[in-house]
Amino acid sequence: MANVKRVERPLSPHLQIYRWQLPMLTSILTRITGNALIVGVLLAVWWLFAAAVGPEYFAIADAVATSWFGDLVFTGSLWAVWYHYLAGLRHLYYDAGKGLDIPTAEKLGWGVIIGSVVLTVITIILV
Amino acid sequence: MRYLTDRKRAEGKGASHTGTEHHWYMQISAVGLAFLVPTFLFIFGRALGQGHDAVLAVFARPFPGILTALVLFIGMRHFNKGAIMMIEDYARGTSRKLAVIFVTALSYLVIAVGFYALAKIAL
Repeated sequence: MANVKRVERPLSPHLQIYRWQLPMLTSILTRITGNALIVGVLLAVWWLFAAAVGPEYFAIADAVATSWFGDLVFTGSLWAVWYHYLAGLRHLYYDAGKGLDIPTAEKLGWGVIIGSVVLTVITIILV
Repeated sequence: MRYLTDRKRAEGKGASHTGTEHHWYMQISAVGLAFLVPTFLFIFGRALGQGHDAVLAVFARPFPGILTALVLFIGMRHFNKGAIMMIEDYARGTSRKLAVIFVTALSYLVIAVGFYALAKIAL
């Protein structure tokens, strides 16, 4: 009982151990994009709030939202929202028990990455 | 022979004690957002960069106003639950509790500010 040293148990393999692979990368990016979208949302809601308050306040928020910083945040958010969108659809497909074999999962991964870039470009052109 | 139904046996089980409620909410809100977000992106993208009067005119119309309210509410509830999932993966103890409180408060604050703005613009 005197020995209170913790038993050295084998740890389950974690991120650092695994070889990087597409389904893993695309899954992690889903979490990153989803959570990072709060930045674009905060800027957008602040901009809308400023519009509601009055012209002087709107001028300040609009200057930020349409500056290089605003362009960076909104363009990044646009890609993030399309990425999260496609990855979310993939999640729903996975949850239905489909597409879980490795070749299909790899294809879906590429589909999410390429699709998000294509949709981002299309949105920028259309809007 | 057991007289309990499958549902009754599963209730309250699992580490979360809430079963699949969280996951089910994320699925429901994801499908809702899948329908709402593309149109919202178009409306918001078109409004961004326009003058003050034009922006007010866009969000004063019923469709953009109601759509924005829906995207904000469902989107921020979806965000809140997703962020909690991330926090619960990486943080423990007091910092976990504080982080969960923070993202929950932030989510509701964003909803409230957005609704206030939309109401003020619409009325």
